[in-house]
Amino acid sequence: MGIDLPLIWAIIIAFGLMMYVIMDGFDLGIGIIFPFIPDRTDRDTMVNTVAPVWDGNETWLAMGGAGLLAAFPLAYSVVLSALYLPAVLMLAGLIWRGVAFEFRFKSDEAHKPFWDKAFAWGSYIATISQGMILGSFINGFEVVDGAYRGGALDWISPFSLFTGVALVVAYALLGCTWLIMKTEGPLQQEMRKLAKPGVLALLVMIGIVSIWTPLAHPAVAARWFSLPNMFYFAPVPVLVIAVTWAMLRLLKGEPHASPFLLTLLLLFLGYSGLAISLWPNIIPPSISIWDAAAPPQSMGFTLVGALFIIPFILAYTAWSYYVFRGKVRAGEGYH
Amino acid sequence: MFGLTALELARIQFGFTISFHIIFPAITIGLASYLVVLEGLWLWKRDEVYRDLYHFWLKVFAINFAMGVVSGLVMAYQFGTNWSYFSAFAGSITGPLLTYEVLTAFFLEAGFLGVMLFGWNKVGPGLHWFATIMVAGGTIISTFWILASNSWMQTPQGFEIIDGRVVPVDWLKVIFNPSFPFRLAHMTVAAYLATALFVGASGAWHLLRRDDTRATRTMLSMAMWMIAIVAPIQIAIGDAHGLNTLKHQPAKIAAVEGHWENKPGESVPLILFGWPDMEAETTRYAIEIPELGSLILTHEWGGTIPGLKEFAPEDRPNSTIVFWTFRIMVGLGFLMLFLGLISLWLRYRNQLYQSKPFLRFALAMGPSGLIAILAGWYTTEIGRQPWVVYGIMRTKDAVSDHSVLAMSATLGLFIVMYFAVFGTGVSYMLKLVAKGPDTFVDTREQGQTERAARPLSAAPDDIDPAPDRTGD
Ligand code: HDD
Ligand code: HEM
Ligand code: HEM
Repeated sequence: MGIDLPLIWAIIIAFGLMMYVIMDGFDLGIGIIFPFIPDRTDRDTMVNTVAPVWDGNETWLAMGGAGLLAAFPLAYSVVLSALYLPAVLMLAGLIWRGVAFEFRFKSDEAHKPFWDKAFAWGSYIATISQGMILGSFINGFEVVDGAYRGGALDWISPFSLFTGVALVVAYALLGCTWLIMKTEGPLQQEMRKLAKPGVLALLVMIGIVSIWTPLAHPAVAARWFSLPNMFYFAPVPVLVIAVTWAMLRLLKGEPHASPFLLTLLLLFLGYSGLAISLWPNIIPPSISIWDAAAPPQSMGFTLVGALFIIPFILAYTAWSYYVFRGKVRAGEGYH
Repeated sequence: MFGLTALELARIQFGFTISFHIIFPAITIGLASYLVVLEGLWLWKRDEVYRDLYHFWLKVFAINFAMGVVSGLVMAYQFGTNWSYFSAFAGSITGPLLTYEVLTAFFLEAGFLGVMLFGWNKVGPGLHWFATIMVAGGTIISTFWILASNSWMQTPQGFEIIDGRVVPVDWLKVIFNPSFPFRLAHMTVAAYLATALFVGASGAWHLLRRDDTRATRTMLSMAMWMIAIVAPIQIAIGDAHGLNTLKHQPAKIAAVEGHWENKPGESVPLILFGWPDMEAETTRYAIEIPELGSLILTHEWGGTIPGLKEFAPEDRPNSTIVFWTFRIMVGLGFLMLFLGLISLWLRYRNQLYQSKPFLRFALAMGPSGLIAILAGWYTTEIGRQPWVVYGIMRTKDAVSDHSVLAMSATLGLFIVMYFAVFGTGVSYMLKLVAKGPDTFVDTREQGQTERAARPLSAAPDDIDPAPDRTGD
């Protein structure tokens, strides 16, 4: 057999989604922390740290959607029609959040608080919807003859509500540690204080999801708790605990970039845990990436472009972050 | 809701969201290229007026762009949420095209946008201009891919249907399908025209308010050059486009013309106005010019085109709507041509900036480009019905199985939210335009790398300061 196109595409899409979670994660996280930071100058600084990059971050979401449509049209059609309502809610949240970036600087004094609220609420709604989408994805979909046959509200379950909250915690921690890296002075101090309960809460969330998922889904339990899998996958939970511990130690000092990097690592581990649980299904519980794949002509054509262009994208994205590197000071632009 | 079926609601929802979306890209495409020209002129001639205009329109661009992005994200997901059977059936073609759009266009725009908006003092002048060029290039590339996708749905080729789904066979044929070159040219030019009309109207508004500066004059002048040159080109392209449509989608042209049947020995009249009645299968109250229809559509005396009655009733697009949307577009196109011609005449007479009637006309034409774009898209898309992929898949087979309740709820949400959010955004844009260009305080020249204290937004100024605040 030649190259396994569905496998390569599953990796590309997983990579794209991870980029999204990480990158839009920290700017949604800033919206989540907003209600805890009432000071207007601080809020300006917080928004300024992400203003030049948020659009690029969100583009990874467009990439996820488009890539899914190109490589796994069946998954795109089933999953999105099943998740119609939370998807609309997520988009609604992203709309309020996205325009608030610009509008909160432009409105008159009377309306500034409104757009600040829109920024925070938009971030919460988008994050909770994403978390619930994730939760119901893990729970799986009822599919008959290649079409979704479940109800319009199947996405609401105790588990998905829980993953909704868990994602809020994860993004908040990302935002918080991002700010430790990008700011200084009292705001940075405040963020350092917030990071400690944040990381502990995230550990608890990861722990609960890790217990809940195998309990609810025997297939997942079999994946993790059979030999020799247990040995292969054991590093995941061990590393999660090690990273949390390192983070708590670091937070006793005056870290800058390290908490953010560790949070990235933590999320990456959580993400790989999920990938291990779900593999190789793209429409859980039973439709695999090979069943849902687009014709090879579509996957191959798109792959050529993706392999060629993604390195360029990563390069100029990195350049843009480099241009806007360093701390953002209160009441000021960049340095 | 109002006795509508889930299918109708899905169509309204898609039409509503894409209508809002297309307004912003049209201005994005035009303004981005305009900004490239302004910055280029500044680097070349070192005339401050170009730099000030650049920074002025950059602020408007920033607001517009944000709205384009968030409304576009909705579109990228709507294929799956609303048209899941279409996605499962034809995603193998529209998906790769959309992916290429994300890869080659959206990332390019997003990657360089930060530097374009906030990097004036962070990178060298040449590099900054490069960033502007990349953003503008991204908008054009984006137009290329999305129109390839849309045109393929209009005039599909280069594929086979295997096991009930589309399998691409020849990608060059898929992309360069018969209607694509026309649609690409027509839409790109439409975006430039719409932006020029908007910029020209802003200039005219300031001149009418005796805000007669070099910046406002330059604005008006540049816009009028654009309109004078491009409006006739657009009419020529539209003409060629129609011819192409007649070849590939004759039912659409019959509906656009309100043309029901050919009478033996008679040529096709051009119906200027009338009311096509789908039930009675006739165009009521028609005001016709004999022969002209034949002449325009076939370029022959007495040439005929298929009438609507030659198509089964369930294959006919709604003539009442497309008849009128088409005439609105064409009528506005000729008004634009007229505006361009007057501007040339007044320029020749040295009265471009003084003639009040002309300035009022230019102001009134401000939104006409966007209205023509919407009218054009309604003609194209409603004229394609009842097909989603022309001749291959019907719209009713494409829609997801959502309940009327779910569709109504989300439609209501979209309507309320879009008017609130984008209405506010547009009002901010207009207020910004009304404030007019300022002299830009350029710290780049003094070799400084730090910027004056101000919040970081592309358009930082309060456009609507509270009354108790003194101006700065
Ligand atoms: C003629 C041009 C054109 C047309 C017909 C459309 N768009 Fe669009 N779109 C653009 C031109 C554009 C643009 C100029 O490239 C935008 C505007 C602002 C931006 O960031 O890119 C954009 C933004 C934009 C975005 C956000 C990109 C980002 O995250 O930066 C998405 C996902 C889409 N569009 C998707 C669509 C879909 C699915 C459409 C059709 C149904 C569609 N657009 C019609
Ligand atoms: C001498 C050059 C031409 C001129 C000045 C011209 C003029 C026009 C104008 C003004 C319109 C819009 C009319 C309206 O519908 O209100 C139009 C539309 C159209 N023209 Fe031409 N045309 C020319 C060449 C052609 C040629 C060579 C063809 C094809 C053989 C053609 C076919 C069409 C078609 C199909 C439309 C669509 C609009 C409709 O349905 O009325 N034209 N043309
Ligand atoms: C004045 C002469 C014009 C003619 C004869 C003309 C012709 C046409 C035709 C025949 C179509 C439908 C094509 C199809 O469905 O296959 C169309 C679509 C369209 N028109 Fe025009 N047009 C004219 C002016 C304009 C102007 C001034 C604008 C905007 C500034 C505009 C914007 C559009 C857009 C956005 C579409 C939909 C996209 C497309 O199919 O290209 N048109 N036009």
